[in-house]
Amino acid sequence: MADDLLLDIKGLVIEATAYPPGEPPKEVTLVHGVDLQLQRGRVLGLIGESGAGKSTIGLSAMAYGRGGVRLTGGTIRLNGREIRTAGPQALRALRGKEVTYVSQSAAASFNPAKRLMEQVIETSLSHGIMGKAEAEARARALFRKLGLPNPDTFGERYPHQVSGGQLQRAMTAMALCPKPDLVIFDEPTTALDVTTQIDVLAAIKEAIRDTQVAALYITHDLAVVAQVADDIMVLRHGRMVELGTTDQIINAPREDYTRALVSVRSLEHAEKTPAPPVLQVANVTARYRGTNFDVLKNVSIDLPAGQTLAVVGESGSGKSTLARAITGLLPPTSGRITFAGRVLSNDVKGRSKDDLREIQMIYQMADTAMNPRQTVGTIIGRPLEFYFGLKGAERDRRVQELLDQIEMGKGFAQRYPAELSGGQKQRVCIARALAAKPKLIICDEVTSALDPLVADGILKLLLNLQAESHVAYLFITHDLATVRAISDKIAVMFKGAVVRYGQKSDVLAPPYDDYTDLLLSSVPEMELGWLERVIEHRRMASAGN
Amino acid sequence: MHPILKLLVQRIALGLLLLFAVSAVIFLGVEALPGNTAQAILGQSATPQAVANLEAKLGLDQPPLTRYFSWLGGILTGDLGKALTNGADIAQSIGQRLGNTLFLAGCAAAIAVPLAIILGLVAARYAGKWPDKVISGITLSTISLPEFVAAYFVIYLLTQLFPIFQPVAMVFPGMGFWAKLHAVALPVIVLVLVVLAHMMRMTRAAILNVMQSAYVETAELKGLSPMTIIWRHAFPNAIAPVVAVVMLNLAYLVVGVVVVEVVFGYNALGQYLVDHVTKRDLPVVQAVGLIFAAVYIFLNMAADIIGILANPRLRHPK
Amino acid sequence: MRIPFSALVGMVLTGGFLFIAVFAHFIAPYPIDAPVGGVWESPSASFWLGTDTIGRDILSRLIYGAQITIFVALASSVLAFSLGSFLGFLAAVKGGWVDQLLSRAVDLVMAIPALIVALVLLSVLPLNLTVLILVMGVLDSTRVFRLSRAVAADIAVMDYVEAAKLRGEKGNWVIFREILPNALSPLVAEFGLRFIFAVLFISTLSFLGLGVQPPLADWGGMVKENKDGLIYGKSAALLPAGAIAALAISVNLVADWILTRTSSLKGGRGG
Repeated sequence: MADDLLLDIKGLVIEATAYPPGEPPKEVTLVHGVDLQLQRGRVLGLIGESGAGKSTIGLSAMAYGRGGVRLTGGTIRLNGREIRTAGPQALRALRGKEVTYVSQSAAASFNPAKRLMEQVIETSLSHGIMGKAEAEARARALFRKLGLPNPDTFGERYPHQVSGGQLQRAMTAMALCPKPDLVIFDEPTTALDVTTQIDVLAAIKEAIRDTQVAALYITHDLAVVAQVADDIMVLRHGRMVELGTTDQIINAPREDYTRALVSVRSLEHAEKTPAPPVLQVANVTARYRGTNFDVLKNVSIDLPAGQTLAVVGESGSGKSTLARAITGLLPPTSGRITFAGRVLSNDVKGRSKDDLREIQMIYQMADTAMNPRQTVGTIIGRPLEFYFGLKGAERDRRVQELLDQIEMGKGFAQRYPAELSGGQKQRVCIARALAAKPKLIICDEVTSALDPLVADGILKLLLNLQAESHVAYLFITHDLATVRAISDKIAVMFKGAVVRYGQKSDVLAPPYDDYTDLLLSSVPEMELGWLERVIEHRRMASAGN
Repeated sequence: MHPILKLLVQRIALGLLLLFAVSAVIFLGVEALPGNTAQAILGQSATPQAVANLEAKLGLDQPPLTRYFSWLGGILTGDLGKALTNGADIAQSIGQRLGNTLFLAGCAAAIAVPLAIILGLVAARYAGKWPDKVISGITLSTISLPEFVAAYFVIYLLTQLFPIFQPVAMVFPGMGFWAKLHAVALPVIVLVLVVLAHMMRMTRAAILNVMQSAYVETAELKGLSPMTIIWRHAFPNAIAPVVAVVMLNLAYLVVGVVVVEVVFGYNALGQYLVDHVTKRDLPVVQAVGLIFAAVYIFLNMAADIIGILANPRLRHPK
Repeated sequence: MRIPFSALVGMVLTGGFLFIAVFAHFIAPYPIDAPVGGVWESPSASFWLGTDTIGRDILSRLIYGAQITIFVALASSVLAFSLGSFLGFLAAVKGGWVDQLLSRAVDLVMAIPALIVALVLLSVLPLNLTVLILVMGVLDSTRVFRLSRAVAADIAVMDYVEAAKLRGEKGNWVIFREILPNALSPLVAEFGLRFIFAVLFISTLSFLGLGVQPPLADWGGMVKENKDGLIYGKSAALLPAGAIAALAISVNLVADWILTRTSSLKGGRGG
């Protein structure tokens, strides 16, 4: 058994120097004494929210500290040798030979000036693992195994000539080419669209299985890691929370934190009955100025008062463009938008103060949605002043009421956005929207930048607020779990058009159109063997055609 | 058409358009300013009749647009007109002086460019450590010096404290190459000092920018040696920004040369320009100004063209 | 907050220069333009820094020179700054043809080195302080224009600016409450750099004989007056040259510090 132990980390401590704005630099500890063992040929998933230290720990298997991060304590043994204290010469000998790395952003990780083949086989040659002809043959075989198009000529291309999903696979090929003992996958599918993610995930899984390589698979998405890992380690704030087999972590988590992570996407919401609409979008077509391509094609949707319409689609589907058309920032070239019984001017400049007040917006990045030089009190108070003329004590009282509504206590009104956590920032944005007493709030990917547990809290808050104030939500998202949690109606968008639309219960029930089927089946589910079933399902479907 | 060819044609067309617009500004814009050339030549006491006569003689009674196009036509055929002050042919006066200016600037560039790149590399290699701090500290001070101040410090140092050189730089036709080189040593030292700091700092920034990219980290995680990383992964991507930096600074050199020539009494284009600004000899100023502008525009254009040629995204389109 | 030593030195020296400039009349021991001693006398008890090419006290002329150099540089950089940042913000916020017109005009002016433009202009215009300040200020405003337009354009696409527009806020609120407070710190650092540039510019023009005219004296002009002495070992020209360098370096140290501070505020360090 001892011979099978590939990586053995004990008491790992990792520190860095932080540069907080306006303060002297200070030392922070990122990882507090973590132990980790990995057997040959096994896959260990490292999972946690942002700040858990999962990437930092992953890179420590190469004895690498990114951006001034220092590995200050503990031992890291790879193939029986201590590497934390090893010199640069020894590290160069093992990096790219015994351990290789696949990053989240392959697009930035490939040298733009070199052909892919040259980069993929580079370590095989520089470490003297194999000759050029053999390395190229192996690379082509890996390209084929990873499902890359034209595997024999794929390597002739430059990085910018292939798509993001293909680059991610090419980077996997680059990591596997020198026949390493261990590959570190650092969120390799996170930046991809959901329908692309599943293919890359399946390709990575197959390649790991066929090459018998061991892997550390780092991700924030438990459902994803459940598909590829044998074991899972849950991390939080630089400490280990729980370690177990994938089956045990998913189906019988021991710790509260793990349980919360597992159940995070299970929020459900009973669909409301159809009602007369507050917002009607009729045959709206739009294009950006100076282009001759419609980004919205004849879109028609209705949103009943006090209900939620989820607009779902991948990047480039036109879902955010729809929000811009409704707010009047991108005036439609044809079509009509009716709100609360009145036809809205196409251009934001032609709308009345009440039109503007009754439609509010919440953004994906709360960071850039709030002026960093204004206090929370000013941010929430401005709409009160602007729309209702509230001033002084009266305004302050109303600000505090709103803060209470978003479940933030006293003392926040004087703070600046930089002093808030990600979830708190998004809550302040919600309060700013509520301050206007709107009939409709457009939520543009409001939870996608947040960690799952925090996102869950925001969704619950939005549902409570809807029950209290009867506001309607137009909820734009790419995440189907969120859609299930919050919507009454759903519109699925693809390439600027609505391809499926109706009550939630109808849209999410078969028979599906092809695209909705692809989209729905691509969302990772928190169960073992899901990936294989989907791939099998697709194989059958395409064989049937 | 290949996209890169299209971009190049566009960039060259833009350069020519810019040059044309600049010529219009130098000629017509200056005409629009208060001040009367004929009056300036004859002095305040001249009679209106004398002024009118001189205007007719110089063709100043023609409409400005007509005179602009005849001026522009003259330039395109190598006729720059005659100086107001002594009636000398401007093209002839410029010829020899332009050669002297290019000789001076060329010598400075030949020393400054390799030196700046080497120092920039060293500073980037040891970023944050003492060699970087020393180089950066010195260059921060020299950046704050105008050319003539640097010049007099150098003159005092190398002609008075350590009398190695002559404080004036005389070159004349028929002088041997080495004698010429010795004569321009001091002004070249000054120009190198002035342009080196900017060039080195920008080179350092350009290299650091590449060294901090994700693909250099990838190379490091591949276990490649520092030399391989720099040579294979950093260098091909750093060429374009570094060349752009060099070109931009050569364009600064064009300005520096004017002042340095005056300091050393070096008989060349810059000295000629300043002389005739003082004498308010507009035709000379316009002609020389246009030459300096053309060199400047050309160097900026060259920087962009090299940037386009070195960009793999443009060289290998999808 | 800890201020680095270099920035502290810069601040003290800059403050000193400003003090001398403001109170020149009280500090200077002799009048600006009266021969009070022999030609190129060495430093002595009565002439601390010696006398110049026609026997005027160098220390007094340096002190008055500080006043004129700093006044002209400050006036032109204030002009450059107000004009450039106003037009830059206007271009960024308005966009469309206003932006096109202003940006192309600035491109054109910046296509030629500022010194060459200044020389061409000064070959026609009368030489006085007002003209100098106007020429330098307008030429330098092009750089401020580019920076403030870029900064404002970066901020103008932020979601909070869009949120303000969607709320129905008028242009004044958007510019003065949403954009300006966030654009301020990079612009303050830029002001220091523009001031240095103006000091170097006016000194160079005066040195070429095209800047401040006698009997007034600025430091660049003093170098010109005394430069011939250098050949005979009289170092009078080095004093005003050193003053120019000292002022420029002091302001540079302060500006450099402000610049790194604002970039670290934006999270520019440590990834």
